[in-house]
Amino acid sequence: MKYLYYPGCSLRSTGRAYEESLLAVFRVLGIDLAEIDDWNCCGATNYMSINEHRAIAITTRNLALAEQQGGSGEVHIIAPCNACYMGLQKTKIYLDTEQGLREKILKTMEGAGLRYEGRVVIRHPLDVLINDFGLDKLKMAVKKPLHDLRVISYYGCQMVRPIATFDHEADPVSMDQVAMTLGATAVDWGMKLRCCGGSMTSTVPDVGQRLNYLLLKEAKAKKGDIMITACPLCQFNLECFQGKISKKFRDDISIPVMFFTQLMGMALGIPEKELGIHRLFVKPRPVTV
Amino acid sequence: MSHHKEEIRIGVYICHCGHNIAGTVDVTGIAEYASRLPNVVISKDYKYMCSDPGQVLIGQDIAEHKLNRIVVSSCSPLLHEKTFRDALVKGGLNPFFLQMVNIRENVSWVHTDTDDANLKARDLVRAAVHRVAYQKELTKKKVPVNPDVLIVGGGIAGISAALTMADAGKKVFLVEKEPTIGGHMALFDKTFPTLDCAACILTPKMSSVKKHPNITLWSYSEVSEVSGFVGNYKVKVTRKPRYVIEELCVGCYACVDECIFKEGKFPDEFNLGMSKRKPVYLPFPQATPLVAVIDDKTCIHFKTGKCQQSCAKACDRNAIDFNQQPEVKEIEVGTVILTTGFKAFDARRLPYYGYGKFPNVFTSLEVERMVNASGPTEGHVVLKDGSKPKSVGIVHCVGSRDEKTNKWCSRVCCMYSLKLAHLIKEHTGAEVYNFYIDMRTPGKGYEEFYDKLLREDVHFIRGRVAEVSDWATTSDEEGKLIMRVEDTMVGMVRRIPVDMVVLSVGLEPRDDAQDIRKLFNISCSTEGFFLEKHPKLAPVDTFTDGVFIAGAAQGPRDIPDSVAQAGAAAAQALALIDSGHVELEPNTAYITDTLCSGCKSCLNICPYKAIAFDDEKRKSVINEALCKGCGTCVASCPSGAIRQNLFEDEEIFSEIRGLFVESI
Repeated sequence: MKYLYYPGCSLRSTGRAYEESLLAVFRVLGIDLAEIDDWNCCGATNYMSINEHRAIAITTRNLALAEQQGGSGEVHIIAPCNACYMGLQKTKIYLDTEQGLREKILKTMEGAGLRYEGRVVIRHPLDVLINDFGLDKLKMAVKKPLHDLRVISYYGCQMVRPIATFDHEADPVSMDQVAMTLGATAVDWGMKLRCCGGSMTSTVPDVGQRLNYLLLKEAKAKKGDIMITACPLCQFNLECFQGKISKKFRDDISIPVMFFTQLMGMALGIPEKELGIHRLFVKPRPVTV
Repeated sequence: MSHHKEEIRIGVYICHCGHNIAGTVDVTGIAEYASRLPNVVISKDYKYMCSDPGQVLIGQDIAEHKLNRIVVSSCSPLLHEKTFRDALVKGGLNPFFLQMVNIRENVSWVHTDTDDANLKARDLVRAAVHRVAYQKELTKKKVPVNPDVLIVGGGIAGISAALTMADAGKKVFLVEKEPTIGGHMALFDKTFPTLDCAACILTPKMSSVKKHPNITLWSYSEVSEVSGFVGNYKVKVTRKPRYVIEELCVGCYACVDECIFKEGKFPDEFNLGMSKRKPVYLPFPQATPLVAVIDDKTCIHFKTGKCQQSCAKACDRNAIDFNQQPEVKEIEVGTVILTTGFKAFDARRLPYYGYGKFPNVFTSLEVERMVNASGPTEGHVVLKDGSKPKSVGIVHCVGSRDEKTNKWCSRVCCMYSLKLAHLIKEHTGAEVYNFYIDMRTPGKGYEEFYDKLLREDVHFIRGRVAEVSDWATTSDEEGKLIMRVEDTMVGMVRRIPVDMVVLSVGLEPRDDAQDIRKLFNISCSTEGFFLEKHPKLAPVDTFTDGVFIAGAAQGPRDIPDSVAQAGAAAAQALALIDSGHVELEPNTAYITDTLCSGCKSCLNICPYKAIAFDDEKRKSVINEALCKGCGTCVASCPSGAIRQNLFEDEEIFSEIRGLFVESI
């Protein structure tokens, strides 16, 4: 099966390592990705609350472009960033269920010379890896099993909430399953879905950094060697301020935080350079040793 | 309609039902419209057709205008068909010359647009006028009622119903799936709000059931087949082999003591897996019948065939029989009472409460067993490490009042949570927190019990608990279970560290409720509990005559209400039995011999095995007593030889013509 790929803004900026590692891993596994031509903002965060029509219209443009490019029948779009994943899904559901809104948006699309027919399926890379590719096949592709590595999977808010399609909304396990398939120990912990601080980390650091701290502290308390995420913002928040947080709370909470695809790439034997490991601030020593 | 022998004279009555119909439908206009329809002699509208004057009106018009067909346009026939059929009889007409049109549920209650509602009402009345002209004179058959009763489910509801029926002199078959009767109530230590000992009030009833000469108790048994109809049900009950001869066993425990397993090894169902039992066991010391059971899934004899059978040797009454086979009992009963109870919500479905993950998160039923002196901890409320909890949080509404799991209120949880709070405090002296959404304590002495708890220094925090976790933010929280909750009284999110969490799980339909529903041909409401015939006025009847329901199988219910319902169900069954006979709706199929080609295609199609083949005449024959009037054979007969009373071709075709073609 061929998938269309929607990178979103973060994967071209702070989350470059996510894109690099995702593309490398999918290439090695033989999963075909074709980037959607001329894609635009997913409409994440504030836009949706300020002007719903415009937010949904710009998001729908991506879906319409994908249908145009993907040919007839169902068109599967992989959206790796959790915020994009949720934004695209939410838009599709709105269009599917709100007749009045759909009509308005379709008219807007017409104005842009586009058609949206509702043939898109929004997929998360974890969903594709587990349900399309299969963990058995993944296991066979592992070249350097991550034995003795305690992995803390951190899902963040938007992968399963408010729309849970491929994993449990209150107790997701997909990233843990991938980690176990790579040979690592998946550490069960109670903060898989707790807030990473979101935009607060930069805007209201007192609040945001406390939220970061609680997560990092618990990851250490559970004796995690490494944290993995599927969201550029989660990764950024949890990794970038570790020095400040350690000082502020007088508690050493340093722990490598990387994208799950980077961890996969290491187990698959892909060179670190191709996985963007050099971009990490907190170097993942336990893996590379 | 010239081919009718008699002149058809129809009376049409449009009911206002107060504002229920008249508020949306132009009743006078419809009556006026109907008066112009073919064969209609008189057409009237009236405020309440079901009232006495309304019924008298029909009778008077029959006499005065020589009416011979009646159309009543009002509510659902389920509600008042009998009323109006009786009115026809009083007026001297055959009751089957009535046709009802439901312009309430099907029109006024579901339409807001008056014009559309009026059009639909006119169409339906016109169709009925066309149909009724073809309706035939029919007679109801009277069938005697078998006075014996089957009760399925031996919890407190089934036990109560059984004793009432048996005391009234009726023969009762009480069928229970588990090895003992007693149901959920047998698990409890104390009952709310009086805190009287559950066993003390239940076990005498259980032994009365066993001793009663009119009650046949079949435990470890399930109903496997039901046929027949009201007053005359034929039922097959499968008795599972317990490998112990019930008549010989005296419950002395010798077999249990001598089992080659020196200690219990398998999860004890009665203690919800919190203790272990041997393959041969008695559920609890007051089990009824007090007869051992051998679980063939864990017994070495059944698994390997290589057991020294020390249990059999230990039994000086030779009661153990490894060769026992399932036994099918066939019985005939006139009435059935279903008291199959409920299932407790599986707390694993809400992973954020940590049940199954954190050892000190318990369900309310597990704590019920813990506070019970004969339970797994001999009455001590303890943590998994054996120590006493210093603080306990009780979460209300787990699997109740929740869009994501069950929307309904389980009715008993507030009260049993209060009871557990009291008992836990009494047993441990711990700080006890109740996390509730609303306190629901309607019931005699219930609010007073809540008040008593408020004075016992139990904490009440209003808010649905968001999660139970083990991640600590402060040193106070280290090693504790932390309950995160929005305290809606204070307006802030709180984190409360405790040693033990109790999840007050709600009540759900049993997993096999659908199987039972199909067996007895009754209905379930959307959430899966058995559906009563009318929520207010026929709460223990079902839409299948002669089958009654009581207890938590019908909906979440506490002990007093279950017992009350059981009494009501018994009274309904007794009323039916004592009337001596039932009248059967004459909706059966019949065969016109001259048309039957003897192709036999109807034989296998009949779901009730009501059709036989007469080899001599080479024709099919329908047994009217078995025919349920489903119409399957009627539709399938290639030569049109099978017809059905109340659903004759002429009636249906004329109705359709009336609906679509002959608009005026």
